[in-house]
Amino acid sequence: MATFKDFRNDVKPNWCPGCGDFSVQAAIQRAAANVGLDPENLAVVSGIGCSGRISGYINSYGFHGIHGRSLPIAQGVKMANRDLTVIASGGDGDGYAIGMSHTIHAIRRNIDITYIVMDNQIYGLTKGQTSPRSAVGFKTKSTPMGSIEQAISPMEMALTAGATFVAQSFSTDLKDLVALIEAGINHKGFSLINVFSPCVTYNKINTYDWFKENLTKLSDVEGYDSTNRKMAMQTLMKYNGLVTGLIYENNEHPSYQELVHGYDEKPLTKSDLTLNQEHFDKLVAEFM
Amino acid sequence: MINQLSWKVGGQQGEGIESTGEIFAIALNRLGYYLYGYRHFSSRIKGGHTNNKIRVSTTQVRSISDDLDILVAFDQETIDLNYKELHSNGVILADAKFKPKKPEDTDASLYAVPFTEIATELGTSLMKNMVAIGATSAVLDLDIHVFEEVVREIFGKKGDQVVAKNMEAIKAGYNYTQEKMDGDLPTMQLEKADGKHRMFMIGNDAIAMGALAGGCRFMAAYPITPASDIMEYLIKKLPALGGAVIQTEDEIAACTMAIGASYGGVRALTASSGPGLSLKTESIGLAGITEVPLVIVDTQRGGPSTGLPTKQEHSDLMAMIYGTHGEIPKIVIAPSTVEEAFYDTAEAFNLAEEYQCPVIVLSDLQLSLGKQTVEPLDFSKVEIRRGKLVTEELPELPNKEYFKRYEVTEDGISPRTIPGMKNGIHHVTGVEHAETGKPSESPVNRVQQMDKRFRKIEHIHFNTPVYKNAPHEEADLLIVGFNSTRGVIEEAMGRLEKDGLKVNHAHVRLVHPFPADELRPLVQSAKKVIVIENNATGQLADLIKMNVGYPEKITKYVKYDGNPFLPHEVHSKCKELF
Repeated sequence: MATFKDFRNDVKPNWCPGCGDFSVQAAIQRAAANVGLDPENLAVVSGIGCSGRISGYINSYGFHGIHGRSLPIAQGVKMANRDLTVIASGGDGDGYAIGMSHTIHAIRRNIDITYIVMDNQIYGLTKGQTSPRSAVGFKTKSTPMGSIEQAISPMEMALTAGATFVAQSFSTDLKDLVALIEAGINHKGFSLINVFSPCVTYNKINTYDWFKENLTKLSDVEGYDSTNRKMAMQTLMKYNGLVTGLIYENNEHPSYQELVHGYDEKPLTKSDLTLNQEHFDKLVAEFM
Repeated sequence: MINQLSWKVGGQQGEGIESTGEIFAIALNRLGYYLYGYRHFSSRIKGGHTNNKIRVSTTQVRSISDDLDILVAFDQETIDLNYKELHSNGVILADAKFKPKKPEDTDASLYAVPFTEIATELGTSLMKNMVAIGATSAVLDLDIHVFEEVVREIFGKKGDQVVAKNMEAIKAGYNYTQEKMDGDLPTMQLEKADGKHRMFMIGNDAIAMGALAGGCRFMAAYPITPASDIMEYLIKKLPALGGAVIQTEDEIAACTMAIGASYGGVRALTASSGPGLSLKTESIGLAGITEVPLVIVDTQRGGPSTGLPTKQEHSDLMAMIYGTHGEIPKIVIAPSTVEEAFYDTAEAFNLAEEYQCPVIVLSDLQLSLGKQTVEPLDFSKVEIRRGKLVTEELPELPNKEYFKRYEVTEDGISPRTIPGMKNGIHHVTGVEHAETGKPSESPVNRVQQMDKRFRKIEHIHFNTPVYKNAPHEEADLLIVGFNSTRGVIEEAMGRLEKDGLKVNHAHVRLVHPFPADELRPLVQSAKKVIVIENNATGQLADLIKMNVGYPEKITKYVKYDGNPFLPHEVHSKCKELF
């Protein structure tokens, strides 16, 4: 059986030393091994930005696409081959700005893939502009007087969009993060995992220390029930979204693949591409 | 006796104009006539003038006609907007209900038939369309029983009584018209057709059927006129083959999802029209640099922006060839008949996998929506060829190296593995990359990979890059077109030949890479060249000048008012050159 080492390759990440994304990479590698995957049965699809490079740093099939579109690509891969484990990933700009519509619709559609967002509240690769996750007042190169737009609350947004699996983590909580990614992979449907992954170069506000001070573990919230959507929403609002752990999971709702009319139970990659003459004649007859 | 007829029915959108045309056309198609339809419609559901013009002929026709024999009008607007097309022996059959007035400047005859009144007496005014079909049959001296089978198919689900009532309405329209207009009525009797059963379909159906036959098992698309029929057909047909269609949140998702599916190893399709293609262009560039096979249909309509969404145009040509930032290998094919739309779409999936690049199937509104009689499709001509897709087991790679998915090869085409294949792991990225897919900015690698990608399309094998009807070694005139102008050029050519001119016809079928060597001899041997296209700037004419040369010989004839060319327009424009 494959170990996490089998998911390592020889590419040296070009992330800054101390970047939160290193832990996310390690967590995906460990989770993949823990759920018993072989590298060739994992496809990691990523967007553009610092975090988007992650698909090139894992020994698996990897697709580094265009900005904001990791989700439709990943959904296409899964539809082609339902036997694959598909992870989409990218940053908060990728998922909550340019790709926000795909995020909402992927949640609604509930195709069985896992989406990991490395959320650092800043645009890093373009060298420090505001992100839809930046807080009001946050000063960046594009908001020298401080951001005047409200930050998006992705976890609340996911709940209202009908998500069946919503989780949040912090990149230093490696053990928890690995467990959440495993749970996300095992969840039958779309799973969204938002990971606070600090940018040590451009975000001097939302630092490791800041998160340590401000985050609350849901396991420490008395009586928290991750199957209770209303409680999930109220808790997120109470803590201003700064919680970690499994926020919500609904296992009652079937995944998209289970609902698509006529969809083959074996991967489409194994379909017979030819029609037989009889089938073709039937199609023709409809136009006679 | 006449060997062809042009019939038009018009009224307000939502009044059943389309189904009137449909019933009339299907019945005649089953008698063995060749039909060619043209729908005039607007971007709204209820209200607004709409009409359906149908040409009926005993021989193959692929163009709308210059004039009109019979106009069936459900309102005065239909008469006012269309009467000028009627020739002097033409007939207007109008609903007496709106007290139709014949315009002064026409020699055509007007007959008021109480379509609505007769239908209401029989039960419901909805059947006024059937009465109109009956009235038409009287003028054509057509046995109304030919409609029985179609009426049964359409209304059968509603019960025998509804079928009987509708047939009664047809009969009543027939009887009324024959009795009242007795002697006075110019009958137009069509020569008997050959009675052969042929398909009657729109280009979009042929495209979708071609996709099915070509092994397409996944489609991602976003609704748009005039391309939605392709998605709607596949939604009906793919479940039986285990496949699926996803209606995405936007065009970008549609294109990238198709890319994901294709990378995943399934033959995937996306289809749209101009506005959708504009949104897809970044993704098409991604498919180009990542060498993911991808088939995209562009059913052209009037642009730019929302433009003329329900009208004919050819203005996407350059955009489809060049429209992405950066430079990628791409194949653009342009079927010119419904039959070709079927074969070309099936073949597009082979080309996409063989050359590992985006293949655009370029159609236009008239080809995609003009319902017409189609010669039998030869299913045995459809092949499945998957190019360098790896099918055998691969040797283990030492030290977890990546598979050389972008190996530099002589023909530029590299072996392709798909996720799930052991020892085939590689990286795919829109960043310039080395042979294993790992990013590389090395100048040497950049040139190697760019050259490799373009080498792939240096020798494209496409069955008919240029359709040629060139009877003359040296012609006075070469007429060139693409897409649905095929029929109109053929008709104009026939008339020009009668005028004593030597005319050759070339229809460009492989638009990119441009088949310059195929076209050059025809351009060289013609005294003059005229390029017929539905756009304002003469994009095909420019392509020919760029790739073939001879700019001094080349004239463009463009039309961009939203309507297809008429045979007499092309005929007289060509004559002007001599």
